[in-house]
Amino acid sequence: MTSKRILSVTVANKPGVLSRITGLFSRRNYNINSLNVGETENPEYSRMTIVVDADDRTLEQIKSQLDKLVEVIQITELDRTNIVDRDLALIRVNSSRSQRSEIIQIVDTFRARIVDLSTDTIMIEATGTPSKIEALIEILKDFGIIDIVRTGLVALNRGVVE
Amino acid sequence: MSKLTGAEIFIESLKREQVEVIFGYPGGKNIPIYNLLYDNPFKHILVRHEQAAAHAADGYARSTGKVGVCLATSGPGATNLVTGLATAYMDSVPVVAFTGQVDTKSIGTDAFQEADIRGITMPVTKHNYLVTDIKDLARTIKEAFYIARTGRPGPVLVDMPVDVLGARMEFDYPEKVDLPGYEPDLTTNGGKLERLAEEINSAEKPLIFAGGGVITSGAAEVLRELARKARIPVITSLMGLGAYPIDDELSLGMPGMHGSRYANYALCEADLLIGVGVRFDDRVTGRLDAFAPKAKIVHIDIDPAEINKNVDTFISLVGDAKEVLSKLLPLVEEIERKEWLAQVAEWKRKYPLAYKDESRDIKPQAVVQELNRLTGGKAIIVTEVGQHQMWAAQYYNYSYPRNFITSGGLGTMGFGLPASIGAQVGREGELVIDISGDGSFQMNVQELATISEYNLPVKIVIINNGTLGMVRQWQELLHQKRYSSTILKNPDFVKLADAYGIKGIRIENKDELAVKLNEALEYDGPVLVDAVVAWEENVWPMVPPGAGNHEMIGGEQDDK
Ligand SMILES: Cc1ncc(C[n+]2csc(CCOP(=O)(O)OP(=O)(O)O)c2C)c(N)n1
Ligand SMILES: [Mg+2]
Repeated sequence: MTSKRILSVTVANKPGVLSRITGLFSRRNYNINSLNVGETENPEYSRMTIVVDADDRTLEQIKSQLDKLVEVIQITELDRTNIVDRDLALIRVNSSRSQRSEIIQIVDTFRARIVDLSTDTIMIEATGTPSKIEALIEILKDFGIIDIVRTGLVALNRGVVE
Repeated sequence: MSKLTGAEIFIESLKREQVEVIFGYPGGKNIPIYNLLYDNPFKHILVRHEQAAAHAADGYARSTGKVGVCLATSGPGATNLVTGLATAYMDSVPVVAFTGQVDTKSIGTDAFQEADIRGITMPVTKHNYLVTDIKDLARTIKEAFYIARTGRPGPVLVDMPVDVLGARMEFDYPEKVDLPGYEPDLTTNGGKLERLAEEINSAEKPLIFAGGGVITSGAAEVLRELARKARIPVITSLMGLGAYPIDDELSLGMPGMHGSRYANYALCEADLLIGVGVRFDDRVTGRLDAFAPKAKIVHIDIDPAEINKNVDTFISLVGDAKEVLSKLLPLVEEIERKEWLAQVAEWKRKYPLAYKDESRDIKPQAVVQELNRLTGGKAIIVTEVGQHQMWAAQYYNYSYPRNFITSGGLGTMGFGLPASIGAQVGREGELVIDISGDGSFQMNVQELATISEYNLPVKIVIINNGTLGMVRQWQELLHQKRYSSTILKNPDFVKLADAYGIKGIRIENKDELAVKLNEALEYDGPVLVDAVVAWEENVWPMVPPGAGNHEMIGGEQDDK
């Protein structure tokens, strides 16, 4: 049984690291759902949040194969019940003048924000768990979605750090 | 402190790593290094193709246990290394490859002879580098050697732009490496050794499965002690041949696709299978759900990623084979295991590796057997890939680690001839025999020039069946003898040898096999033997692709 698993991977902030990691996934036929990378508190390291579709055995393989990469410093599997996870989306929807207030209401309910307006479109910025973002997108579909861009998941463990 | 050029730093760094020899080929982007090699800081062997440089470095590493070094120029020189690196990677061989690169400012512009060799070799190296700043050069070389030889060894590539080789910098070779993301030994076996010992002590039909890792870690001796103390029969993978003396009563040789019947029977009956430094490759396991069906599987390996990769293990121990086995040794009991050993001996007696030898033609197996007899099983045997490789594995009695050099994982035709150059350079004064196939031989045939130039006394024995025999065998058995593109029109190999200034000997008659092979072995210098053999001979037994090990065909007592 495969399920979505989240790996938080600390890597050396060096050129080529990203392609080394994505290369490993494609070579070994592992599925990436999303991959997000950014600098950390220490400029020498980046943190990747990788969401994979895997069963236990494959996940173990992914972890130990990743661990062999010289530039991978640390791998933590995040426990879904004990993390803060966020996805950010920018969504542009059709919006006639008459639909505007309805959209604003939806945006408020989801605690999203309007970040751009034109005569017949609205751009919304939404942050939250992936499921919240998906729910918002679902509702906005009625208005006609023009563009979506998402960061993919970023996540950290709750509470104390080792 | 005076400043050195990048090329000088390269030379000085390699001296610090105690490099004795480089296998290489010059070009526009490594010319600053060649300029220094002109003064012979260490031995340089000029091969005739960069692929051969990588294989020679690999053969050197496999036969000596040291890191092999090869050097190529940018672009085509670098891409020619790829097959050699992939070969070394699959068999976990420590090689460091250096390539010249276009100058840093031109990288990415499709400059003349530019190739992204770091990108290209990422999946076939343990690690690789592009050095864009001279201040990183010495440290990178230090790391490359360290990574190549530690943990599970493997090839590392260092790409050096030509302007970096020309820049100047104080030379300061680091004492230590600082690689927070690299932990070569992750030994964590709390309590597992005791559990394993208990399993061994209570098992009725234990079987040790030794692989290349035993040889790499220098564990052959302790393996022997362990097997003899606990009376456990031993099978060895292709890469493990030599890890355990083949003529020992406990030895069952090689299992798998072209393994012996007795080794495969033992696999099928064992109740405890102890894999040491193996990776449970598909050529050994056959159909996975039929692999070692009655056994609890134990896996000892230095690479955590090998654990549970192909087979589920009951107990797994991560660590260096020698260390783990040494700790295990005092914990195992001396047990007779009369029944199990009697059973194993019975299989060995009943189903020996055998072939029919009544035809007029020379049988390929006989060539290997004769070489074995003449050398007392003591030569360094290098092979190409194909049927002859399997016969070399089956009919030569390997008793010493690092004496069987073959491309196991990648199965690279063209490996043997250059690898034998590396082995002969690394083990000067010892007898190196390249058991070759008429097809494979031609994949790096240009290396006859290297052998001739350096007068390397390699004995090349071409098992000449006039075919790409292994593929032909599959066509015979699986494709109704439709011999598509597997019958070769070969050159006159003896004349070819002659053209390169190498002594050539042809053997066509059975009754002259021993005499002429002996003549070749006795000859002081390189020799090429063209042994013309029965062309339609097959390798038996055989586990057909996709079948289980119990479904092997051929090699019964009354072989057809
Ligand atoms: C580089 C490469 N290309 C193709 C193959 C596929 N292949 C495996 S064995 C073989 C035949 C080898 O012929 P030869 O060297 O004459 O050995 P024989 O099997 O006849 O002993 C071939 C083509 C390979 N292993 N390597
Ligand atoms: Mg052949």
